[in-house]
Amino acid sequence: MDFATFNGLYTLFLIIIFVALIFWAYSKKQKKSFDNMANSIFDDQDLAENDSDVNKQSGEKK
Amino acid sequence: MTTATTIQPDYNMKVVRQFTLTTILWGIIGMAVGVLIAAQLVWPALNFDTPWLTYSRLRPLHTNAVIFAFGTSALMATSFYVVQRTCQTRLFGGPLASIVFWGWQLVILSAVITLPLGYTTSKEYAELEWPIDLLITAVWVVYAIVFFGTLTIRKTSHIYVANWFFGAFILTVAVLHIVNSMAIPVSLGSMKSYSIYAGAVDAMVQWWYGHNAVGFLLTAGFLGMMYYFVPKQANRPVYSYRLSIIHFWALIAVYIWAGPHHLHYTALPDWAQSLGMVMSLILFAPSWGGMINGIMTLSGAWHKLRTDPILRFLVVSLSFYGMSTFEGPMMAIKTVNALSHYTDWTVGHVHSGALGWVAMVTIGAVYHLIPRLYGQKGMYSVALINLHFWMATIGTVLYIVAMWISGVMQGLMWRAVNADGTLTYTFVESLEKSYPFYTIRFFGGLVFLSGMLIMAYNTYKTITAEKGSIQPQELGE
Repeated sequence: MDFATFNGLYTLFLIIIFVALIFWAYSKKQKKSFDNMANSIFDDQDLAENDSDVNKQSGEKK
Repeated sequence: MTTATTIQPDYNMKVVRQFTLTTILWGIIGMAVGVLIAAQLVWPALNFDTPWLTYSRLRPLHTNAVIFAFGTSALMATSFYVVQRTCQTRLFGGPLASIVFWGWQLVILSAVITLPLGYTTSKEYAELEWPIDLLITAVWVVYAIVFFGTLTIRKTSHIYVANWFFGAFILTVAVLHIVNSMAIPVSLGSMKSYSIYAGAVDAMVQWWYGHNAVGFLLTAGFLGMMYYFVPKQANRPVYSYRLSIIHFWALIAVYIWAGPHHLHYTALPDWAQSLGMVMSLILFAPSWGGMINGIMTLSGAWHKLRTDPILRFLVVSLSFYGMSTFEGPMMAIKTVNALSHYTDWTVGHVHSGALGWVAMVTIGAVYHLIPRLYGQKGMYSVALINLHFWMATIGTVLYIVAMWISGVMQGLMWRAVNADGTLTYTFVESLEKSYPFYTIRFFGGLVFLSGMLIMAYNTYKTITAEKGSIQPQELGE
């Protein structure tokens, strides 16, 4: 396999990986865990913080 | 005072406090040097015929101070804060965090001393000579150990997206710094060294480094900051977590190829220039992915902008980020670059990113951090934050508009030719035309710097006030 063929196949490989990543990220199965991750920054409360009125569901993407 | 008592007791907030305060200090010093050299371009006598005050020596001091002293201190402060809070564990490695702080201050001090003395590798944004490069490498390795070590001992099941960006920044900057700084000293007793690269290869390695310093330090690092502080300050989760994943991988995969756009119409092979141009254009998509994700986090909570100037800083920083990541790909197009390259347009573009995005998101994050680090419910004065916000915005706009006009004018004057093929204008003629814009730029920079001084005063009043004595305020109360 010459250098150009290798580069072409490698690029194709990266594109497939990237498309697979998009399908994975946007699959319904992942939605719940992503929502949990996005909200995780509010799990850690402290006294100095004024976070009492936080509504974890309010900002979620439908 | 080894551990923080104001926040959760097991966090190492001491190092975060140290880096946060030095962020403000180095920000003021770095920007003050910038204002001085901007003034020198208007009034050249301001170098006082002193070699170490000349523009050529102070300009690298300005860029190093704002990128590596101000910007990197801010990234170290926020990455150490965010990684602890999102992993819910104390920083890994105990005293190593202190070594990172004092080591990094030593790097900055060496830069402050050696650059005005004229020691330089002459590589842009990598001017520091080889002994300092070795010190940077050592400190950076310790920084990586502390950061990634903390990730491995995390109490949470996943790694929050901000840490992905911080991690990519730390890893890539290490690789960039080591590869680009490969040099052979003249002798072990000499500060002078020569790069192991030569000619077009040297130029390509330099701009592979230079553009990825922008991409991974000034972009990925600060996006990490954005992904924590924007949702926190807005009190809402990030708009789309899945978008953050896709734009992370797209951004880091594409940025690394964009460097050649700094070398259009040079000895670099044409195919490499075109590749750099195409990759720069593709880069527009992941850049805007981050911008949209940040701004849309506020959807449904726009009213908070009316009362919260910290949020204003964060949102306006994202607007400038969106603007400069649109401008950048446009300037990477070869025909546009033929006009813009080597002119003030480039300087304006850099500052729309540096002042508008990097500095503003940092300022927003610092205003968020200071009360939390010093046991207060808010900053001493929200009105002063708002004043700072307007000074920063007006200063940035004055700066970049002046540079746009000056830059396009220079480009047009330099390329103008008479019917017989001779140049229409001499270089000095274009320089004369730039004077008024240099004055506006100086003024814009001065306004921005003054805002930083207000921040320093506000911070001083906040941290010296009795713990818990400052109540949360809203604007207009």
